[in-house]
Amino acid sequence: MQLRLNGEIREVKDGTTVAALLVQLGVRAPRVAVEVNEVVVTKDRYEAHGLRAGDAVEIVAFVGGG
Amino acid sequence: MADTWSLGSHTFTSRLLVGTGKYPDFPTMQRALTVSGAEVVTVAVRRLDLSKKGSESLLQWIPKGMTLLPNTAACFTADEAIRTARLGRELDMGELVKLEVIGDKRTLFPDVEALVQAARVLVKEGFTVLPYTNDDPVTAKKLEDAGCAAVMPLGAPIGSGLGLRNPYNLRIVMETVSLPVLVDAGVGTASDAAVAMELGAVAVLMNTAIAEAKEPVLMAEAMRDGVAAGRKAFLAGRIPMKLHAAASSPMTGLIGS
Repeated sequence: MQLRLNGEIREVKDGTTVAALLVQLGVRAPRVAVEVNEVVVTKDRYEAHGLRAGDAVEIVAFVGGG
Repeated sequence: MADTWSLGSHTFTSRLLVGTGKYPDFPTMQRALTVSGAEVVTVAVRRLDLSKKGSESLLQWIPKGMTLLPNTAACFTADEAIRTARLGRELDMGELVKLEVIGDKRTLFPDVEALVQAARVLVKEGFTVLPYTNDDPVTAKKLEDAGCAAVMPLGAPIGSGLGLRNPYNLRIVMETVSLPVLVDAGVGTASDAAVAMELGAVAVLMNTAIAEAKEPVLMAEAMRDGVAAGRKAFLAGRIPMKLHAAASSPMTGLIGS
């Protein structure tokens, strides 16, 4: 299925969870925050939150800023 | 008694808040942050670059014990700012947010209408909201009524280094709200920071003036001292300005009189 991940279309296996997506991307969960369809998914729900085709996923981190 | 100030449940001694953007490199940033004495540092929330695995994390270069203040910089709508604030809270597990809703790309002046809207929503969600705003007392009052923890009027456009363009408005903002007033943006050099504190600002927030100075670490020290000097002068109470001279030495007892 296709997701929109940080603004770009990406193919993932059906039923991928947020936790599985982060593993697949090699992203360390403590350093990021995740939003699916404009709603934050808290860390305790990464395992349970299954993604669906067409979901808009944002993975963010802190960067320098004023 | 220590001269402290508070934001929500936090109490601070340093009155200089520093940003983490635009430094030449992370080691310089780390030294500048340490030397500045800041207890609060701002950070931005951005999409993770998924093509760069294992890139250096900003957080490991921020000295331990500093309180993070996530911002909503470059958000142009209340909705974007609200979403960014929620993501910042998820990243940091803290409730502080520097709320920015920008209305104009060239000046980065705030969209105060959207700012007040976003502030109302975030206050209801339990955030300690620090809005970056215009030097407008009417907006400052609206932000106070919305439940913000402080107001942060600009001294001049972000990154401009123009100093305090309207110190009179800043004074009116300070007498209009009973919240802490922090001057955010516009400071170019240490005297600007001192003037902000002499006017009665509770603290000063800056980034570019330190990060883009020729010697950021030395400028961080200058800003620390400027803020401290301005605060002391404010507490000490300056003399009124007079048009004519008032001699410092006795005018009597002169030789040959």
